[in-house]
This record gives sequence, C-alpha cells and structure tokens, in this order.
Amino acid sequence: MLDLVREYDVLGAFWVTVQLTVYAAVGSLVIGTVIAILRVSPVRIFSWAGAMYVNVVRNTPLTLIVFFLFFCLYQLLGWHLAPLSARSSTHAFVWGVVGLSLYHASFVAEALRSGINTVGVGQAEAARSIGLDFGQSLREVILPQAFRGAIAPLGNTMIALTKNTTVVSTIGVAEASYAMKNAIEFSPNVLYLIFAVMSLGFVVLTLPMGVLFTQVSRRLAVQR
Amino acid sequence: MTQSILFDIPGPRAARRNRIVGVVGAVVVLGLLGLVVYGLRDQLSPQMWAPFLSPDTWQYYVYPGVFMTLQAALLSVVLASALGLALGIGRLSHNRLVGWVSAVFVEFFRSVPVLMMMLFAFYVALFTLRLPGDILPIFGVVVGLTLYNSCVMAELIRSGVHSLPQGQREAGLAIGLTPGQTLWSVLLPQAITAMLPSLVSQLVVILKDTALGYLITYPDLIRSMQNLSAVKGNLVTAFIVAALIFILINYSLTSLAHWLERTLGGRRAGPGAVMRTGLAMDPDLEADAGRAT
Amino acid sequence: MKTRKPLAILAGALLALTTACSAPGSTPAGPAGSASAGGATGSITIGIKFDQPGLGIKDGNTYSGFDVEVAKYVAKELGYSANQITWKESPSAQRETLIEGGQVQLIFATYSITDARKQRVSFAGPYFIAGQDLLVRADDTSITGPDALNGKKLCSVTGSTSAKKIKDSFSKGVDLQELDTYSKCVTALAAGTLDAVTTDNVILAGYAAQDQYKGKLKVVGKTFSTERYGVGLKKGDTAFCTKVNTAIAKMVSSGAWQTALDKTVGPSGFKPSGDNPPKADPCS
Repeated sequence: MLDLVREYDVLGAFWVTVQLTVYAAVGSLVIGTVIAILRVSPVRIFSWAGAMYVNVVRNTPLTLIVFFLFFCLYQLLGWHLAPLSARSSTHAFVWGVVGLSLYHASFVAEALRSGINTVGVGQAEAARSIGLDFGQSLREVILPQAFRGAIAPLGNTMIALTKNTTVVSTIGVAEASYAMKNAIEFSPNVLYLIFAVMSLGFVVLTLPMGVLFTQVSRRLAVQR
Repeated sequence: MTQSILFDIPGPRAARRNRIVGVVGAVVVLGLLGLVVYGLRDQLSPQMWAPFLSPDTWQYYVYPGVFMTLQAALLSVVLASALGLALGIGRLSHNRLVGWVSAVFVEFFRSVPVLMMMLFAFYVALFTLRLPGDILPIFGVVVGLTLYNSCVMAELIRSGVHSLPQGQREAGLAIGLTPGQTLWSVLLPQAITAMLPSLVSQLVVILKDTALGYLITYPDLIRSMQNLSAVKGNLVTAFIVAALIFILINYSLTSLAHWLERTLGGRRAGPGAVMRTGLAMDPDLEADAGRAT
Repeated sequence: MKTRKPLAILAGALLALTTACSAPGSTPAGPAGSASAGGATGSITIGIKFDQPGLGIKDGNTYSGFDVEVAKYVAKELGYSANQITWKESPSAQRETLIEGGQVQLIFATYSITDARKQRVSFAGPYFIAGQDLLVRADDTSITGPDALNGKKLCSVTGSTSAKKIKDSFSKGVDLQELDTYSKCVTALAAGTLDAVTTDNVILAGYAAQDQYKGKLKVVGKTFSTERYGVGLKKGDTAFCTKVNTAIAKMVSSGAWQTALDKTVGPSGFKPSGDNPPKADPCS
C-alpha cells in the first residue's frame, strides 16, 4: 500500500484536490455574492443578468463549463491567467479553479438569495426607515443575516465543490481522480485498494465539513 | 420578503443613474463576449455550424446522444429512488443495526465523488465481473449515479419525516398503528409529497452528472458530439449545441420543480406546521442543497 | 386515505418510468441486442473505433478509414458482403470483453498485439506496423524527434503510456498537457498553444489527413516504438485466424492494402515504416 501511495503520488494528488477546493471555495463565494447582489439590485438589467447567469450556469454540466474555459479561452484564444512561462499543469490548475468558481458561484448565489428570503421583511423595512440606502442596508443588515440563513445550503455547495474538483481531471489537472485513473490503467490489480484509499480521502475531507457547517448553522441560526 | 423593499422606487434622478450604470455594465459584458466570439471566429464560422443544418447530424448524433443521456438519467433516478427509500426507512428504523448500516452507507457514498464511483464501477465490471463489453459503460454510469443519488434521496426522506410535526406520529400511534405502519401510511406519504420538487431537482443533478459518462465511453450526448467533431472538426460548435440542449432540458425540469412546489404547497400537513419546524423543509433550501453537485 | 394518494402516484410514476426505460434501454445495452450477431447466420459484427479519423470513423451511418477498409476486405474474403457487416464501437478498454462476450467476432481498432492481451484473445495479422511518433505544425522545424522536446508543450490523453515514455526516456524537461481526447490535443496544436501531440504515427497521420488540417500539420517521422496492429478474435479459434490471415495476405499481394492506405491516411503525406506491409504471425 505504501508503494501505491508513493508510485502514483496519492498524497500529492490529494494536496492538489485540497488546493483546488480552497481556492475555488473562495472564488465561488466572492463571485456568488456579487451575483446575488446583482440579482436583488435596483438596476433592472443587472438583476436580469444575474438571473440569466444562474439559470445558464446551473443547468450546464461542469465538464462543459471547464471545457469552454480551458479549451476556448486558454487553448484557442491564448488567454493566460498564469505567467506565460508557467508549465501547462499550472495553467490547467488555474483555469480549473476559475471553472469550479464560476460554476459553484451560481449555487452560492442561489443559497444567498434563499438566505435573503429568510430575513424578515421588518429587517429590511427597519433598515430603510433609518435612512440606509440599498448598499448600506445590504451590507449592514441583510447580508450578515442572509449568510447565517444560507449556511446550510452553502455548506452543501462547498461539499459538492470538494467532490466536483474531480471533474478538472479532464483538462489534465493531476488531482485525486486523475491519480486513481492512472493507477488503475497502469496496474489494474490495485483497483480496490486505490478506490478504498481515494474514497476514504474524500470522506476525511467532506465529513468534517458537513459536521462543521451543521454546527455553525445551528449556532448562528437567526432567532426569530 | 420582496426585493423591492431593499430600495425605494427610484425617482427620476435615480432611475437615470440606474439606467446609465446598467448600460455601462451591459456594454462591458457584451464587449467581453464580443472579444471571445471574435477570437473564436475560426471555430464559430458558418462552416462549423453547417453540420447542424443536416438532418443526418440530428439523426445519427444529437438524438441518439440525447436518448442515451435521458436513458441513463431515468434509469438512475428510478433505481436511486428505490434504494433511497430503503435507505431512508433504514435510517429511521428503530433497529440499531439497520440504522447504523444505513447511516454508514449513506455517509460514505455521499462523500465520494460521482466520477470516482463511475470509474470504480466500470473497472469492477471490466476486471472482476467480466461483464460483456457493451454493457460496461451503462453499468458504470448507472451504478455510480445510483449509489450517490440514493444517499441524497435517503437524506431527503429522513429530513422530510423529521420535520413533520410530532403530532402526526403521535396520532398514528394513538389510533393503534404500529410504528412501522405509522411511518408507512402517515409519515412517508407526507414527506414524499413534500420532497417531490426536490426529487425533480435531483433529476437535473443526475442529468448533468451523466455528462461524466463519456469518460468511461458511455455514448451520451457529450460523447456523440465528440464523435461528430472527430469527423467535422467542429469541437466548439458541437459542445455549444450540447450545452444548449442541457440548459433547455434542465431549465424545463427546474421550472417543473418550481411548479410542483407551488401546486403541492397547499397540500402539506397542517397550516404552517411544516414551515415552522425547521429550515430543512424549506423547498428552496432543499432544492438548492440537492442541486449543488 | 387522502394522504396516501401521493405515494401511490409516486409508485405508479416510478413503475411507468422503469418499464419506459427498460424497454428501449435493453436493446442497445443488453446482450439481447447482439443475439443476431452469431457468425454463421449470414452477418458478422466487427468492432472498430468510431472516432479515429483515417483509421476508423463513423460519419452519420457510413464508416471509413484504414481499419474499416481492411475489415471490409477480410469480411468479403470470409464471404460477407458490405451490407452484412454490423459495425460496433469498441473503445480501447472494452476490446477484450467485447470479444470474450461474443458481441463482436473481429476487432480492427488500432489493436496492438501484446502478450498481456494474448492471455484473453487471439490475434490474426499483424496487418500494419505502427510506431509512436510526434505530430507537429507543418512549419515547425525545431522538433525533430522525441529528444528535442525539452521545454515544449506536449499533449497526450490521460492514462496513456506514450507521454510518460517521452518524459522518462527522452526529454525530461518536456511540459506535459493531458487532455481527454486526441481531437482536443490536435485542435489546440493547430491553434498554436501546444507544440506536439504524441501517439501512434498512423493515428496522428489520420488527423493530419483531415480536410481542416491538410497542409497545417505533419508527422515527424521518427518512430520510437513498435506497435503491431492485429485483428482481435476469440481466443484459440485458429481456423478463423488462419482464414483472416489468408485474406490479409491476399489484400497485400493484390495491392488493395496499399490503395486503402493511400486513400485513408495518404493525404497527410505520411509514409509508413519500412516493415510494412507486415508478414502475419502464425496462428496459435
């Protein structure tokens, strides 16, 4: 088993999975919040664009999104987000993070919107009546509560994101499923062992996340 | 909360400002899109779209691809519902062992990426079961999707039953039903009705996940489009068409889910009873939780 | 009873779904679909690639490529006309099981003869000797062989040994990019973001011979491995194997073999290695 871990760089592959998850989590939270704000904003075209984004991205398979970004924008148009001199694996990693962020941003936006919906009408009315404008009432009153209400679905999105990092193996990012596929192709006899190792790795990554998010959402639940 | 409460109805000045901001934003986004389209002009030329004007393309690539995608998705949703119901009941069971086994099963397979399960199922069928070559791909896809989605369904059922008012169970027991009968004829029907929208949303998840099947050579829409592009060299347009088809089907399903939600909304047990007991039954939250994979 | 209705509806819906999708589902997927493929019944099922330009490719309902041409010729010699052939897609990982399960009688799918595979299937042929090579842009003179790839971006598909081989034995400083299909590699190569694609020379030539790449890409022509493409068939069926070998020998001697090669991958300017056309191995 140690041989297996060494030969196919299982730990290195998992480290890549963890990095993908962390960067994409940050990215999707930022982009998702922006989209959610667009959706509730007073500018009609912005709210329309936000809704459009969510409907298009959420209904497209992640493989296709990753393909369009990496293949069209990077391979065909040559847009590079990493220095041009960087190795292909770095470019693939960066675009993988962008793809995962953009895809999960639509779920983050939906989670936040449903979070906003859990905030009492009185809160918004109160914020407006003490003279806060749209940005202020969002920032000071609505969003902090919306985030609390949205923690459970946000947690689910983050867990899904962790697992979805496997999809970027299609553009050659050497993460966990890539290592697993390679190991099986080159030494079929390790099939069960490698699946056991890899799936346990994901259990170890996602179970604590689930527990954590449930705890936090209970503790922070808005009392009404 | 309606969104308009977040801001005043804009006056003439604010309306003008909003319009300017909107136009500027739109120009930036359209400009970026235009840049992409211009850069890809070779890949998006009329010649690359031409195959889609031919009925052959639809007959030999698009329709079979859509059919295979739907087939894998429907098969998986049926099997996942059955297994999910069993697991859900298992987790609610008073038998410790059954509850424990179901819990471990659900927690484990919920944590493993679908792609890994597909790969695993495919190679088990290939190396261990030695299944005939032409059922390997569908076996891999359906087993992978079923294992994962049955866990999601089991959780939906469990949270559905838990969020029913305690009185429902007590009433069932009070009229002399056994705990099993109470679960089966009082609690589950209500929970399942309430989770129907989420079930449809889950179909969207499954449909999108079938798109991973091409990696184990399942001839779904994506693989069909790859085969088409191997002939015509129109990778980009073929995948745009695939994406549009996915969006169309999934958007319809999402709309169906919302419609079900509204229609079934009135048939829930006791006024407000469900909504008050917890976030879990809020259809929007549940639906999002399910869809996010 | 009112509350029970939804469950009944759900159960009914599920039942309807099961029957609805098991009916068409079993036709393409189940073994029943291949029951008609028995060799003696007047039709033959042959496994080919559906997505390999120049070798085995499906365009609508027509099939073309060098593998297909050889398969057609062999089938004709075995007594099957073109419309008695049923073509079946045989992706690399499934080839052995397709033969073992009897879903195909013959496989012509860039199928290299190896000892490992001989444990499970028998091979007629070889009918072509390929070798690992590089595909580069036509105007690229800097890449002359596998040892000139340091610092270059080389594309291959995930889980293939070919890229690993270059990194291990020729150019340690090569920048590997792995994608899931060769068409993606080739499209990116033509667009200029990658420098080379590696796999068997004849497969690369098949891409270079496609209309949209004609004159834009070239095969380097320095092979660094030997891949002997054989015809996969049921293990131990020596009589069948001998018949196939006779057919292949006739195809070579009649000149049909060369014609087929020129027609399919020739337009790329590809010249096969000197061992071609090969002599068949004895059947065992």
